[in-house]
Amino acid sequence: MDITLFTAVVFAGSLLAGFLGALTGLGGGVVIVPLLTLVFGVDIRYAVGASLVSVIATSSGAAAAYVREGFSNIRIGMFLEIATTFGALLGAYLATRLHTGTIGIVFGVVLIVSAYFSSRQRPHADPAEQPDRLAHRLKLEGTYPTPAGERHYRARNVPLGFGMMFGAGTLSGLLGIGSGAMKVLAMDQAMKLPFKVSTTTSNFMIGVTAAASAGIYLSRGFLDPGLAMPVMLGVLAGSMLGARVLVTARTRYLRLVFGLVIVTLGIEMIFNAVKGRL
Amino acid sequence: MITDRQVELSIGILLRSGVLLAAAVVLFGGILYLVHRGSMHADYHAFHGEPRELKTPSLTIRDAFSGSPEAIIELGLLLLILTPVARVVFSVIAFARERDFMYVGMTLIVLAVLLYSLLAA
Repeated sequence: MDITLFTAVVFAGSLLAGFLGALTGLGGGVVIVPLLTLVFGVDIRYAVGASLVSVIATSSGAAAAYVREGFSNIRIGMFLEIATTFGALLGAYLATRLHTGTIGIVFGVVLIVSAYFSSRQRPHADPAEQPDRLAHRLKLEGTYPTPAGERHYRARNVPLGFGMMFGAGTLSGLLGIGSGAMKVLAMDQAMKLPFKVSTTTSNFMIGVTAAASAGIYLSRGFLDPGLAMPVMLGVLAGSMLGARVLVTARTRYLRLVFGLVIVTLGIEMIFNAVKGRL
Repeated sequence: MITDRQVELSIGILLRSGVLLAAAVVLFGGILYLVHRGSMHADYHAFHGEPRELKTPSLTIRDAFSGSPEAIIELGLLLLILTPVARVVFSVIAFARERDFMYVGMTLIVLAVLLYSLLAA
């Protein structure tokens, strides 16, 4: 395949991935690596590098829209970014050391688990406020707008949430994904933050987390311009389109289909990794 | 007196501008790349790593200004990576103006990790 055709096909695939990722809230980055490795036979290190770049672009591009809604909490985000950036350093180092087959297997498992979590209806955090001295000292609290006026919240289980964020950062750095699902899980389920605060703050954190691994990717030669170019531009354009139609589209059916696609890709990744084809 | 809300809004605008600038540079380099390399064979099956010129920011910048399509794209990717770093720098200043030194400290830790990754690792 010549470079013009390759670029066009990868751009089209990334556009679709970004579009579906934004529409379903699962993120486009998660399908880019399987698409590049399984369909185009790209080495997983180049694929992970291109995917990470697209993750920074979508997270930063969407931030302006999210902060306008007034749900994201910059203090909680910054505090937890200490955990995610250290995790991202570890993950990126592992990516440069581990065998590509091992990375493929971890990737497959993460795909399947995240599809499972996003399909499950989670019980939402108990909004009743509990005293938490550590959260209070660290100012991990805030207010968010509701139809009945501003409502106050405060984080709980800070050490557990911090630990989970370190894990989310490690996966992000190892696999070149945003690991938004795990970040939301840490804030919404562990720290009992309101769901909207969790999702918007998570998006806010993804770019900084990814930037912490990007430096290592860059110096190790994972960031190929010819591959990263169509992936970044495609995912960015696709996610911007997806965010536009989000309000009108019926996403339940789409989420199901996209979830099945992700599970299939996960199984395929593990199968190919075990067969030594990654 | 600036509020948290105003800080957040400025950060949002900063991030969006950074991404749009980076995307424009990548697109410009991408067009040159397709014009010059479009008929070559695309091969990503084996990992070779990138040449030194594309792994070292100072060399990337030098080559970008002498018109290398790959270096121009890579420069766009560098701008993209620097966008969240700029956000963290901005947050240090914002927390300092609010005299919230605990958060100035936390933000400096995050900034140190980012700079370590970019410069030292």
